[in-house]
Amino acid sequence: MTTPRGPHHSSATAADLSALLGRHGLDPHALVQILRDLQALHGWLPRDSLSQVAAALGLTLAHVEGVAGFYRFFHTRPVGAYRVLFSDSVTDRMLGSEALMADLCRRLGVAPGRLGEDGLVSVDRTSCTGLCDQGPALLINHHQVVTRLDATRVAQLAGLIRARVPVPQWPAEWFEVQDNIRRADVLLGEPAAPGAALAAALARGSEATLAEIKRSNLRGRGGAGFATGLKWELCRNAPGHEHVVVCNADEGEPGTFKDRVLLTRCADAVFEGMTVAAHIIGARRGLVYLRGEYRFLLEPLLAVLQRRRDTRLLGPAILGREGFDFDIAIHVGAGAYVCGEESSLIESLEGKRGTPRVRPPFPVERGYLGHPTIVNNVETFCAAARIALQGGDWWAGIGTPKSTGTKIHSVSGDCERPGLYEYPFGTRIGRILEDCGALDTQAVQVGGPSGVCLSAFEFGRRIAFEDVPTAGAFMVFDRSRDMFEVARGFAHFFAHESCGFCTPCRVGTALVVRRMDKLAAGHGSRHDIDVLFELDKLMHTATHCGLGATACNPLRDTIAKFRPAYEKHLKSLYFEPGFDLDAELSIARRMTGRDDAGAHLENQP
Amino acid sequence: MNAPDDQENSFSLDGEDLPFNPGETILQAATRAGRYIPHLCWHPDFAAHGSCRVCSVKVNGRAGAACTVHAAAGLDVQSNTDELNAHRKTLLQMLFVEGNHFCPSCEKSGHCLLQATAYQMGMEGPHFEEFYPDRPVDASHPDILLDFNRCILCELCVKASRDVDGKNVFAIGGHGIATHLLVNSESGRLADTAMALTDRAADICPVGVILPKRRGFVIPIGQRRFDARPVSEQIEGDRS
Repeated sequence: MTTPRGPHHSSATAADLSALLGRHGLDPHALVQILRDLQALHGWLPRDSLSQVAAALGLTLAHVEGVAGFYRFFHTRPVGAYRVLFSDSVTDRMLGSEALMADLCRRLGVAPGRLGEDGLVSVDRTSCTGLCDQGPALLINHHQVVTRLDATRVAQLAGLIRARVPVPQWPAEWFEVQDNIRRADVLLGEPAAPGAALAAALARGSEATLAEIKRSNLRGRGGAGFATGLKWELCRNAPGHEHVVVCNADEGEPGTFKDRVLLTRCADAVFEGMTVAAHIIGARRGLVYLRGEYRFLLEPLLAVLQRRRDTRLLGPAILGREGFDFDIAIHVGAGAYVCGEESSLIESLEGKRGTPRVRPPFPVERGYLGHPTIVNNVETFCAAARIALQGGDWWAGIGTPKSTGTKIHSVSGDCERPGLYEYPFGTRIGRILEDCGALDTQAVQVGGPSGVCLSAFEFGRRIAFEDVPTAGAFMVFDRSRDMFEVARGFAHFFAHESCGFCTPCRVGTALVVRRMDKLAAGHGSRHDIDVLFELDKLMHTATHCGLGATACNPLRDTIAKFRPAYEKHLKSLYFEPGFDLDAELSIARRMTGRDDAGAHLENQP
Repeated sequence: MNAPDDQENSFSLDGEDLPFNPGETILQAATRAGRYIPHLCWHPDFAAHGSCRVCSVKVNGRAGAACTVHAAAGLDVQSNTDELNAHRKTLLQMLFVEGNHFCPSCEKSGHCLLQATAYQMGMEGPHFEEFYPDRPVDASHPDILLDFNRCILCELCVKASRDVDGKNVFAIGGHGIATHLLVNSESGRLADTAMALTDRAADICPVGVILPKRRGFVIPIGQRRFDARPVSEQIEGDRS
């Protein structure tokens, strides 16, 4: 094992470790939380510590090692005392993140992904951190975020790291995260008084409240659009001595940041929606799965939970109703896009590798620890709280008949006013572009990389489940952008985030990246585009979960709609090998001592 | 085992009626009836895993893995179609290029489900460029060799060691294309586990990762399981 270096790398003492394990009640299902806490002590996860954790929890070392190796934020090798992760969303890149990262690396004398000799700092990229409206952004030590990076900030940041100034002492304005609410409707507008929706639900009764949710035709806001009332009804009717409410706050789809704002501004509404759901399905336990990138929201959220306990909106006998006991705990993720898929999320909550489960059984029958469980998006719970207060008919009167209510869009990219825009369903794409100040727009990626890429002739289409469905991302690209490069960035994202469980996603995403990089390097041919089509077709039908199935969406759309962006990268219209023929001859040249023109193959077109 | 044959408890597989017992998956029902659906990670003695996707079929027009989709009365299941077999071939090619599979020098050649299924699907070459990953072998154990180059991540050894042998010798580590098999010991080597040649985990591997030492070519090439008959004609091996 490499000797740990640097001030943050002194091994945790046995006392530290046992205190940490004790805080989690020696519960093997808390493994991901335990590893997060352990890493906060060590900076990384040394193998001997994993062994101690395994022994204390009654798990095998290989199991613990397997969990530690699954999540992108866990380090099983030494990392710097300062761990700097640049958000690598396409919008961060458009705002210059690559050059800023190169500059920081140069100033600190480190290469991306490599630990310097002094063990002081590691610099690398991470998937979108959900700050696209105020990027470029970075994540420090898997805890704080720095927004609105520029050359000045990067220079100062390098100085602070060199001087080993603790992160909490850095300029406070660097950590400022703005809400940027540009257009508010029923969800982002005037908040309801905490407890009002719950009181209405209790007065109406659980059955009647469920009827209101069903009458509202509310559909899940996480992307799949399953009917919320039906999901809750299935769970309510599923046999089990305990039922569980889970809030999916693993907002990992690049370009999406509306849940961050809802959790910042409307945490009461989120928790209230969860409590209404608990009343309906008969749950005593609620869990929020907060993505690791939003660690900075943990303390404010815990404070809201405590205030709600203090005012009897959580805990035993809520609002004085005997037998209505419900409380909420927050589980912090550790960097895994796939955990946005509900069954992976449940695996992760149980302290395991976040790979999607075989379904059926569905979570509503057997979810968290085998209990009937509902998993809903942050925005869905906000909407449910509103519906509990104002009724299903009121909600159904907003939007379109098939897509009721409003939808919050996280707008980023080439526009004057990035931020949150809430509109009733049925709103035209073009209307959103006008409102956010987008000029000379070439394309919009709606719903993130797993969504759909629309070109200018489609801007008359409308946001709705029956037209353009979305989980909330709205990334704008003007005519200066190379849509091939956008798609290549998304391809790298999916390969980076594939959980590795099923063949088509694990190998397919890696093959797509190789093809796209080959095209980018100028070695592509029509054959490579044909192979991309073939991979897209296979992955759409053969993957284990929906995330793998959508991994080729950006390719499919951009090849179809922006073909010239691809063709300009083609070297020949027929076949080009994946290797460089001339480079292959270099050994022969060295052996024969030749380097004349006759010893080279024609390589450039 | 009685196979009810009335309409209530049968579905259609490639146009032929197939009876099923309540609770069975499509692959279980097909196997019991002697019908071949290509598969790698599924084994009749263990819970379905669903990772290789080679058993992907169309159920009422929708894609699904035959090992995980439950049989139901009246389902229309398509399996042996040109489109699905082409997908299977691509999946097999993906598994071949992902690892290091040199069949001519592999002791498992002729007994290997991956190789036999590739022959069955008419795979004639890798199609994609090979990844050539660097995966050192573990030869530490006195009786068993672990050659990770051939692992297809079916997790059968993980399940057999955990559920049958009660030893938990294996687990899965990493993520994405770097997902790999882990050995459970402080050293990470097989010699430091309780693994024995008599374990169920020692003979469950469908490919050539877990091999007994000093048995090389005891059965000559040409006389091995899949040398005699193709995998599609050896369903009985899967009928427990």
